[in-house]
Amino acid sequence: MNALLAYVAQPAARNQRLSIVVILVAAAITMALGRGMLPDSLIRPPEWMILPLADWINAFFDFLRDDMGMLAVTRSIAGGVETLLDVTANLLYGKNRWPWLGPIPWSVVAITAAVIGYGLGGTKLAVLAGATFLWVALMGQWQWAMETLSVIVVAAPVSVLLGLLVGISAWRSRRLAAVLNPILNIAQSLPHFAYMIPVVVFIGVGPKAGAIVTIIFSVPPMIRMTLLGLQKVPDEVIESGKMCGATGWQLLLRTRLPTARTDILIGVNQVIMQCLAMVVLASFIGMPGLGQKLLQLLQALRIGQSIEIGLTIVLLAITLDRFTRAWALRQPVHVPRGMPWHERYRLSLVWLVLVILAGGLSQVFPLLAEIGRGQGFSVGAAIDVVMDRVIVAIYPVTDWLRWFLIVWVFIPIRDAFLWMPFAAVLSLLAAVGYAVGGRRSAVICVAFFGYIAISGWWDRTMITVYTVVVSVVIAALLAFPTAIWATGSDARSRRVLLICDSMQTFPSFIYLIPMIMLFGVNDVAVVGAVVLFAAIPLVRYTIEGLRGVPLGLVEAAGMSGATRRQIRRHVLWPIALPTIMVGVNQAVMFSLFMVIIAAFIGTQDLGQEMQRALSSADVGKGLVLGLAVATIGLMVDHLIMKWASTVRPPS
Amino acid sequence: MIAQQPVISCQNVWKLFGPAPADYMSGMQDTPDPETMQAAGYVAAVRDVTLDVFPGEILVVMGLSGSGKSTLLRCMSRLLDISSGTIKVDGQDIGALSERALIELRRNKMGMVFQNFGLLPHRTVLGNVSFPLEMRGQDRHDRRDRALEVIELVGLAGREDHFPHELSGGQQQRVGIARSLAIEPDIWFLDEPFSSLDPLIRSEMQEEFLRLQAGLGKTIVFITHDFDEALRLADRIAIMKDGIVVQCDTPEKVVLEPATPYVAKFTENIDKARVVRAGAMMVQGIAGIAANGDAVLADSTLHELARTLVDDDRDILPVEGADGKIIGMLDRQDALDLVVGTRT
Ligand SMILES: Nc1ncnc2c1ncn2[C@@H]1O[C@H](COP(=O)(O)OP(=O)(O)OP(=O)(O)O)[C@@H](O)[C@H]1O
Ligand SMILES: [Mg+2]
Repeated sequence: MNALLAYVAQPAARNQRLSIVVILVAAAITMALGRGMLPDSLIRPPEWMILPLADWINAFFDFLRDDMGMLAVTRSIAGGVETLLDVTANLLYGKNRWPWLGPIPWSVVAITAAVIGYGLGGTKLAVLAGATFLWVALMGQWQWAMETLSVIVVAAPVSVLLGLLVGISAWRSRRLAAVLNPILNIAQSLPHFAYMIPVVVFIGVGPKAGAIVTIIFSVPPMIRMTLLGLQKVPDEVIESGKMCGATGWQLLLRTRLPTARTDILIGVNQVIMQCLAMVVLASFIGMPGLGQKLLQLLQALRIGQSIEIGLTIVLLAITLDRFTRAWALRQPVHVPRGMPWHERYRLSLVWLVLVILAGGLSQVFPLLAEIGRGQGFSVGAAIDVVMDRVIVAIYPVTDWLRWFLIVWVFIPIRDAFLWMPFAAVLSLLAAVGYAVGGRRSAVICVAFFGYIAISGWWDRTMITVYTVVVSVVIAALLAFPTAIWATGSDARSRRVLLICDSMQTFPSFIYLIPMIMLFGVNDVAVVGAVVLFAAIPLVRYTIEGLRGVPLGLVEAAGMSGATRRQIRRHVLWPIALPTIMVGVNQAVMFSLFMVIIAAFIGTQDLGQEMQRALSSADVGKGLVLGLAVATIGLMVDHLIMKWASTVRPPS
Repeated sequence: MIAQQPVISCQNVWKLFGPAPADYMSGMQDTPDPETMQAAGYVAAVRDVTLDVFPGEILVVMGLSGSGKSTLLRCMSRLLDISSGTIKVDGQDIGALSERALIELRRNKMGMVFQNFGLLPHRTVLGNVSFPLEMRGQDRHDRRDRALEVIELVGLAGREDHFPHELSGGQQQRVGIARSLAIEPDIWFLDEPFSSLDPLIRSEMQEEFLRLQAGLGKTIVFITHDFDEALRLADRIAIMKDGIVVQCDTPEKVVLEPATPYVAKFTENIDKARVVRAGAMMVQGIAGIAANGDAVLADSTLHELARTLVDDDRDILPVEGADGKIIGMLDRQDALDLVVGTRT
């Protein structure tokens, strides 16, 4: 508000800013309209502007690999990871490796999960966890699910440990934190595939490459949350530790880290969710498991079984999320005095008894130990039949929709994006940057898109941008009414928020299933999946924004004689807008990731090139493309955050 | 008290918050005013404080919110490094102590109760209270026994296994008090230690506090916003305003002879008769007038003497010390004026 007032109070500065914005917009429009008269070098970045970035990066990586002997280092790290993977693989699905104990009967795993669920969150979580594993077993997907889990079980702890170490170091050294921050920003906006290519080069393909790419991908949020948690510890807690005579290490290990427990565990939650998302996608680099199966089934259009696997992934995601969240938010509770030991450890005892029972029984009834693929109760074929009927029944609608969207919406808009001279785009972005955050923001916007211009991927980027813009707009058109409807009552908004929360944990891959089912393999399915994925944060933050408006303000407006509509227009929306914009920001981020992932079903944007880079293990190209995606995300993030900070009173 | 070595001695202590306080201070010829400092990006939380605390003394620090009380306390325990000046504890400059020596000092000599308690959320009451003992490396059983003892002392027996979030504010505060007592510190810093307690427990704790003090003779620096509490506990009161100690004196002096209008305003609503003792109001010596009849105790407040002041018909009352010797004379009318207000 203060910033706003200051802004209003300086008419001269404001006029100057306004006139610069107007000039830039006018320049953009003129260039766009007068495209025919523009020199070629303003329409597309000229040859001389495009730098061979990919070659440089490749030269650097070759140097690392061949001259620095990095390959030996990475191979030995991979060897260590592989040893761990072998252990979990043996235990979970009986791979023929040390310790030669596995596979653990599925019934034992399911009971263990249910008991942990009970301990963390009572009956509800116990049922969720038990049912998830029961479902997996009954559907005959045990082997695949365990292949996937065996990687997560290794990757998540390694990633947590790495994140903790780096986070603590960053907390101790302000300089490291300053260096790390932009790196983390970029890392968190790089699409999944950008991580895979270097891993393929240095490690190869298969489970260990999958595990390593998963580790690398999931570390950044852990570093962030560790740093945040450590910084958030109240000064007085540390001071009280000091006054108790704690030394530096004692302070860190016994006061600071335990006090930051909740944030650190939320970091663990994020790590595990990222692991799951990545492990599913790692099927692209030969990682076996649920992801690979899903990919094959989708490509073969076996919708029934895809749905079953999708459901498994969704159930696993929800279970893992609820588990870790319950763990993070759990407050310690004291044990009443004089409780006998068998009551104190009742849960562990129950677990022990059940596990022995299940273990014994599974010796007698092999079905309790293993349900093979053929023995499962998969109804994939039946679903296929039903789905075929449904799809045929609604075919007229979907077909029309597909035709309409492609011919009347997508193609014209895409052509418009491609038609824009690049100089006009830069000018327009400069104008937006200027309007939002003055000269600095204008420079940032131009620099980010300037990178895209010199990277040589202008057209591909424009297609990505068009897909994202169209998707986010459609998502907003769907999300805002949904959110407004949801805020109608407390119960409703709680329910919708819960759904959003759950859906947000699904790996992005999942969203493609229903869309491919409805529209087949084409642009419409891609946009559909992106829309669905992007709508979630929009709904969520809109509800939170609208509900976050203090009741007092609404009442005051009501007492001033405002109608419901006026209240909505003059009180609710303006106050909720900054929060909603955070949702828009996330929606853009989510869309970018989704667009890139969806490339394997055939798009012509950056994602497709990324896939090509992946299959030819072209690190340079992959990173150049990855950074192009990241710059789009970072630019939008900068603009929205800047804007939000000017309208929100500094706290 | 006069010949004694002070336990804590502050000499021209300044504490600035800002980018590089020590450099800024040493670059200054004469002391800048707050506005100049603020313009340079500094906040002077403690300004030129010179103050001694003597063994066995309770020094109460008072002042409005933000006047720098907590900051001064943190400087004395070297939780904050001061920007200029020196602070000596037992004659030793604590600014010059090594990390190790400082830790030893805190492990063996100092205890502190924090304004917002500063409890460790993941530890039980017992775990919190035994934390300083653990840091000292005391063995498990001793630790437990000692911790239970102080927990009992603050009236939390039976709640040893609770976690801080399972306790009320007042209970948490008492955990903080117990923790600071666990190592039997010689120097005890208390930052509004009774602020969250209900009146009943508060006066109980004050009593307990005075009893402890009488028995153990700790040196105490005590922050409070409650003047009645200050009067009850203080040997001396230091009143702070914008980081400056404007007056540091006995409660009577503060009430009877406020150094500045600010202090006067501060003590305005105090019932002076409850503060001022006969000893402070009397004219010392017995020169001139013969002492006759019953004497009043120097240590009693005028409030306690009210009945005598009204009923007695002598103009001058003899005042006797604790040993029964007459040490001065009290003008009855003056005293009465102070109790009931001057005749208008
Ligand atoms: N870490 C810090 N950084 C910057 N300024 C600080 C810091 N700590 C305290 N201050 C400032 O120093 C001044 C004195 O604060 P202090 O906490 O000592 O006040 P106080 O007298 O204890 O107040 P209260 O009665 O509210 O506890 C305040 O203006 C405060 O804003
Ligand atoms: Mg304070």
